[in-house]
Parts: sequence; C-alpha cells; structure tokens
Amino acid sequence: MGKRVDDLMGWVDDRFPLTKMWEEHLSKYYAPKNFNFWYFFGSLALMVLVIQIVSGIFLAMFYKPDTALAFQSVEMSIMRDVEWGWLIRYFHSTGASAFFIVVYLHMYRALIYGSYKKPRELVWIFGVLIYLALMAEGFMGYLLPWGQMSFWGAQVILSLVGAIPFVGEDIGIWVRGDFVIGDATLNRFFALHIIAIPLVLLGLIVAHIIALHEVGSNNPDGVEIKKNKDENGIPKDGIPFHPYYTVKDIVGVVVFLMFFSFVVFFAPEMGGYFIEYANFEPADPLKTPAHIAPVWYFTPYYSILRAVPDKLGGVIAMGGAIVVLFFLPWLDRNPVKSFRYRSTMWKVLIALFVVSFLILGYLGMKAPTELFTNIARVCTIYYFAFFLLMPFYTRIEKNKPVPERVTMS
Amino acid sequence: MSAEEVNDNKRRFLVASTSAVGAVGAGFVAVPFIKSWMPSAKAKAAGAAVKVDISKLEEGQMVTVEWRGKPVFIVKRNQKNLDDLEKQTSFLADSDSQDSSQPAYCANNVRARKEQSSIAIMEGVCTHLGCAPKHLPDLNNSFAGSLGDDWLGGFFCPCHGSKYDLSGRVYSGMPAPLNLPIPPYKYLSESLVLIGEDEEKA
Repeated sequence: MGKRVDDLMGWVDDRFPLTKMWEEHLSKYYAPKNFNFWYFFGSLALMVLVIQIVSGIFLAMFYKPDTALAFQSVEMSIMRDVEWGWLIRYFHSTGASAFFIVVYLHMYRALIYGSYKKPRELVWIFGVLIYLALMAEGFMGYLLPWGQMSFWGAQVILSLVGAIPFVGEDIGIWVRGDFVIGDATLNRFFALHIIAIPLVLLGLIVAHIIALHEVGSNNPDGVEIKKNKDENGIPKDGIPFHPYYTVKDIVGVVVFLMFFSFVVFFAPEMGGYFIEYANFEPADPLKTPAHIAPVWYFTPYYSILRAVPDKLGGVIAMGGAIVVLFFLPWLDRNPVKSFRYRSTMWKVLIALFVVSFLILGYLGMKAPTELFTNIARVCTIYYFAFFLLMPFYTRIEKNKPVPERVTMS
Repeated sequence: MSAEEVNDNKRRFLVASTSAVGAVGAGFVAVPFIKSWMPSAKAKAAGAAVKVDISKLEEGQMVTVEWRGKPVFIVKRNQKNLDDLEKQTSFLADSDSQDSSQPAYCANNVRARKEQSSIAIMEGVCTHLGCAPKHLPDLNNSFAGSLGDDWLGGFFCPCHGSKYDLSGRVYSGMPAPLNLPIPPYKYLSESLVLIGEDEEKA
C-alpha cells in the first residue's frame, strides 16, 4: 500500500512539483520557534478569506444586482425566504468586519516587530496592496444591499473623485456610469466585487506569501534565524511550519471561530457597527439619512478627510494617510527590528499612534461638532507626524543590545 | 548556424518594435472596455425637464422634486428672509456667486429669477460630497447645536456640517467649497415651473 502511494507521488512529482511545493512552504519551511499570540493573524486572515469566498459564492446565487430588486433580494429573499440564507449572509457580513479586525492586528504585529524592514520590504508592500484591495472590496460590497447607508456612503466616497481638479467630475461620471449613483453603478460594483477584486486579492496574497517564504519569517525578537544554521543548513531556531505551526494555528482558528460564531448568532449587526441600522431602509436618492457614517473599518480615514477644512485637501490627506504606509520600510531608519530592543520613545510613539488611530476611528462614526473636529485634527497631525518625522527620530534612538539568538519567554 | 554572428541590434530592434506595435494594439482594444463605463444612451436620455406646480407652496416651506436623479429643492422665502439675504453677506464664502454654478439670471443675492424672487430653486446636492442638505428655516430642530444662535435660516448638511443660507450660498470655512448649484428653469405661468429647461436651452 505504502509503495503504491509512493509510486503515485513519484508519478505526480515527475509531472508537477507537488512534493517540492509541500516541502518548500510547509514541511520544510522553517519558521522561528518563538512565535507568539500575534502570529495567529496571518493564517486567520487566510481562513476569513475562505469564509468570504464560500459565503460570497452562495450569496451571488440569490442576489439581484438591479436597483429595483437588490434591496428586496437581500432583505426579503436571502434573509427570509432562502433556507439558511440569513446564516450565509451573516457569515459574509460578519466576515467582512472580521477580515479587517484580523488584518489590522496583523499590521500592528508587523509594526511592533519591524517585519516591514529589510529584507521584507516587498512582503510589506504586497501587504499594503492587499489592504487597499480589501478596502475596495469592502466599499463595493457595501453598496450591494442597496440600503440608505449603501447609497449615501457610496455617494460621499465617489464624490471624492470630483475633488480632482479639471477632470474629477468626468471621472466621477465614468465610474458611476450615470450622472448619479444608479443601476449602472450597482451592476458594475457587483461585477468588480465578485470577480475583479477577488482575483486581484488572490494574486496579491500569493505574492505576499511567496515573498515571505523567500526571505523567511520575522519573529518577536527581530533576529534573523537564517544567520545561525546547523550542519544541515537548517536554522537552529527554526521549526518546520508543518506540523508545529499548523497545529498551533488550529488553536487560533478554534478560538477565533468562537468569537465569530458569537457575533453571527447573537449580534450580527454588532450594535450597528457591522451592519448599520440605516441600511435596513431601501436607498432613497432624495433623502440623506440624518447621520451618515461609513462602516467602522473606514472611519479613521473618514475622520482624516473631515478634519481638513478643504475639499481637495481632505481627499489628499485621506489618500496620503494610506500612501504613506508604502514608504514605512524606508521611513524607519533604525536598524533594530523588534520594539523589544528599541527605545522607550519608540514604544510610546507607537502607543500614541494606536490611540490616535482608535480615536480617529471613533470620531469617524460621530457627527462632526467643533470639539470633535479639533480632536480629529490633533490626531490627524499626529498620524502624519509619526510617519513623516520617522527618518529623524529613529536615527537618534537609544537601542538595547539585540540577542544573537531568539529568546523564549 | 551557431557559428554565425548574432546581430544583437537587429534582435533588439525587432523585439522593441514588436512590443511597441503590440502595446498600441492593446491600447486600442482597451478603448471599448473603458468607453463601456460611460453613461449609456438610456441614462443620457433620462435627463428630461420636469414640470412642478408651486401654487400650494407656502412661505417658509420647501418641496423636493427629482430631476436627473438628483433632488431639486424649491423653497419659498418670506420678506424678512429676502432682506436678510441682501444684507447679511459677510460670513459667506462666495456671496455674489462668482465661482458657483447657476444660470446668469440667478446670479444675484437671492439667487432667483426676477419674476418670483421669493422662490429659490437649487439642486439639493452638497458641493462637498454630494449629500442632500437639510432645510432648516429656524433653530427648532435637532441640528440647532451645530448652527449657532444667530442662524438666519438656511440649509445644513448632516454629513460634514456645511452651512448654506436660504439662497444656497455656502458659509465660509465650511468643507463645501461652493454654493448649491442652480439648474436652468423657467416659469410657464405664475404657479407652474419647468425645471431643467430655460429660454436658452429650449
């Protein structure tokens, strides 16, 4: 029996590098042995992607991308008439928010352990591109239920294009396919949401992982494990990803699914944060809801947009807040990767960055008052200062000695 | 064959010219795909003018009608409003509507046609990001906190807090850069207005 399996594998391997790929990416991919809690989120993101693809395929079987039918097909057909349709829809809507939670934590991990630094710049850049594609995916998907918040959220975001001097209005009309958001817009967003962007996402994720496996994973100590290899060329501090980390990640998956299921079954709207209440009303192009806010994962950038008292300036600030992420590997001039061995100043600056990002996110959900706008301005200035002053303050940091080998706490 | 000298220049030229011709071809093929996103013939035809009966509109009231898929506000001001609009202009960003978009016959302080200066007609599309502003003739509403005590009546955009006066002129220092746009319109009679068409664009 064993021999037959070996023969079959040999037959396949002569024609397709199955064993080679298995070894390169799993059984002989040596990951640092000191991974901690923060290293769950990469594999969790992959799992949420699978949840989104599977639930999305099934939703597309019942959804109708037509302004006259869209709202009904979601709120009546899928949520009430289709057997278990509500569950599939809640998997998908909760999965969208879960995706961003997991990705934000994944990015935070990269920030504190310096995983964006040489030689992992491309891993980071592919990651930011994934984040961008994910935002496009979330934005277009949010239009599809054709509720009030779908419509007005898209109206606000697509109007941003109009701020581009001279050609902005024409580009806006081109994107909408009409003078206002309408059937043409909904139909093309559906196509982009279910085909174009997912294809781009998959390609970027493959590139992200190939780039990572080429250079090897970073770790909480920010020590390159490839510098210390044994006589067989295997990193002394490395363990094979499979079975060690596949098994570890299963624990993460189980815990994650507990939280995920709790939301799906007991709080699918999450108090209006995952599905906004205004979206239970069909889109009305003549009436803006009294309070309009994007879904929570966009609100930090929305706050930055509102903080600038100028239309074009606001759009530039919002775009710049994301573009600046691409340059992080070169803005940070400190050779030490992990914040464990960097200055207290760096830790404080990161903590303040997280706080101001969270405050921006909170303010983006609230109506703009003078006080809130001023707080948002302070946080916006800090957001940019954190990145743009990095080349200066990271040079004068007092680092601690970095160990030769990884440490196990 | 292998003994012959390889002409690298020739190869480079052939590769470059083949690539260039291929790129031009790809550029041409992209045109139909990009053009397919423009408004369809049906969407372009949907921009017909709308007739509105305003005989029942009282002072201080507003009706919203749909024209080209956008909300159009028709609001009737009283004499005090009109006096305010003439006098109180210091806090406006574009008080004489120099930069804003309106037909020439509405480029005045009340932003209305002379025939019926109490009636203002404007697109209810905030010039910031396209929300529909709220018509707030007084402070008797839930947005009063954002308006200030000296509110003379006007429009308030709930999305980002832009303020407009009763003729749709934007206050200065707001996210919105321009006054609410005014569509072409003409009166067919005292009580009947045609939105989307005037003498010029008949």
